[in-house]
Amino acid sequence: MKLSNKTKVLEQGEMTLAERMYLPAIVGGMATTLKHFFMKPATIRYPEQKRYLGPIFRGQHILKRDEEGRERCTACGLCAVACPAEAISMVADERKKGEETLYREEKYAKVYEINMLRCIFCGLCEEACPKQAIYLRHDKMVTVFNERDEVIYGKDKLVEDMGNRYLREGWK
Amino acid sequence: MEIISTLFIAKAVFIVAVFAVTLGVAAYSTYFERKVAAFMQDRVGPDRAGPFGILQPLADAVKMFMKEDFIPTNSNKWLFIAGPCLSMLTALMTSAVVPFGDKLEIGGGATIDLQGIDVNIGILWVFGIVSLGVYGILIGGWASNNKYSLIGAIRAASQNISYELAMGMSIIAILMLSGSLSTKTIVEAQQNGHWNILYQPLGFLIFLVCAFAECNRTPFDLPECETELIGGYHTEYSSMKLGFYLFAEYINMFISGAVMATLYFGGYDYLGNSWVAEHWGENVATLIGVGALIGKALFFVFVFMWVRWTLPRFRYDQLMNLGWTILIPLAMFNVVLTGFSIISGWLMIVSWVGVALLLVAIIVYDSVTYKKKKVAVN
Repeated sequence: MKLSNKTKVLEQGEMTLAERMYLPAIVGGMATTLKHFFMKPATIRYPEQKRYLGPIFRGQHILKRDEEGRERCTACGLCAVACPAEAISMVADERKKGEETLYREEKYAKVYEINMLRCIFCGLCEEACPKQAIYLRHDKMVTVFNERDEVIYGKDKLVEDMGNRYLREGWK
Repeated sequence: MEIISTLFIAKAVFIVAVFAVTLGVAAYSTYFERKVAAFMQDRVGPDRAGPFGILQPLADAVKMFMKEDFIPTNSNKWLFIAGPCLSMLTALMTSAVVPFGDKLEIGGGATIDLQGIDVNIGILWVFGIVSLGVYGILIGGWASNNKYSLIGAIRAASQNISYELAMGMSIIAILMLSGSLSTKTIVEAQQNGHWNILYQPLGFLIFLVCAFAECNRTPFDLPECETELIGGYHTEYSSMKLGFYLFAEYINMFISGAVMATLYFGGYDYLGNSWVAEHWGENVATLIGVGALIGKALFFVFVFMWVRWTLPRFRYDQLMNLGWTILIPLAMFNVVLTGFSIISGWLMIVSWVGVALLLVAIIVYDSVTYKKKKVAVN
């Protein structure tokens, strides 16, 4: 039964003379490959050259500091709760006197660890954070692991470096 | 005595140089094969070993040597080892009669021919060795005691034998023109731009197609077939024995390129040959001639690769059809045409007009017998 007029009838009769002589088609094909021979390759030399992956690519996590260099994280644990892979764990501590320049809130994360083998880079921690402390940065990917003890990223690898701040478009 | 020993040393140096060039070109053909493939598919290709990956052949060789050298229990051990050796041997022997250059003057007033040996049956030698080449494959395939290897080897053998006929007949036209079997004489007859391609367009086409089939290259690479034969005649081979088979294929490509240049493209002839000889000396002219021949051979190696990465392969019945029912009659026609052109005296005009007439005749015959495409009724 004919349902629509979209059906295309393919004509597959006897081949024409030019088709049976192969040569015109061969020359045409060789012209095509020669054209591609001089074209720019579509691939890149990956580890040395990297493509821009877009402004919202979800790469390695970063624990942001505010403009005065204080850690924003208050160890509320919402990111750990939001995390579907249960990759985040933290230990909270109270801010002492004289540490006001280090931590923005009265409570801070003494230990903040992300297991990069568990993390699925979904970005739910970033959405859950009420203090805008954790982000997945778009310009850096988590490096390849060689050893098991490299897998868990602590605060030493996650907290933002004030000399080399991570800023996105539209941020101050 | 003095002059003989100088000649002997010079000849030995030349032969070693030919081997070195052949093997070097073959090694780098594996690299350029992958590079050409990559460029034609808009990729970068191997670029990890050294700058632009130029150390890739070395890395491949190391890999080949490191692999386990495996001989199947139920194989015929000696023939299993002899197969790749024979393949390599026959591939290298062909270059003995290819004239790589004109005479070169060396010290003491002696001159040497830049050719392994100028025998008066040069082309027959090439054919004899090429026919022997199939033994390497057939012995390897048979000794493996594996039905897939054997089928691959038999495919190679029947294909080579079929295409040798058309190849030989296309050569006969060349022999009619030059009147000699010696490769040197054939090249000398083509000096100063009288290349045989101008007089033998059809013959060259037939020879080219047959060369593809003889080298087991795409679109005639039926002997190697992963989907049907697991691999082909070298299924059971590993390590450097496999390497020899693959290497022999690339040597064959280079040598067949050199033979094509010798037979149809004037050998070591190039534009401005006499001008260079006059101004810079005979020896410089000769050496540039050697470069010209190798350049032409390398161009044909590129054509081999170019075709490989363009065309799909033939089905086996199509392959046999092409060989027996198209190429052999065409080669016969070419012989007759060459005969006419020699009798008439207008070599070039008659040969091209003959090809044109053949084409017209085919088109007329086809338009008479051609059936219109049947449109499927739905």
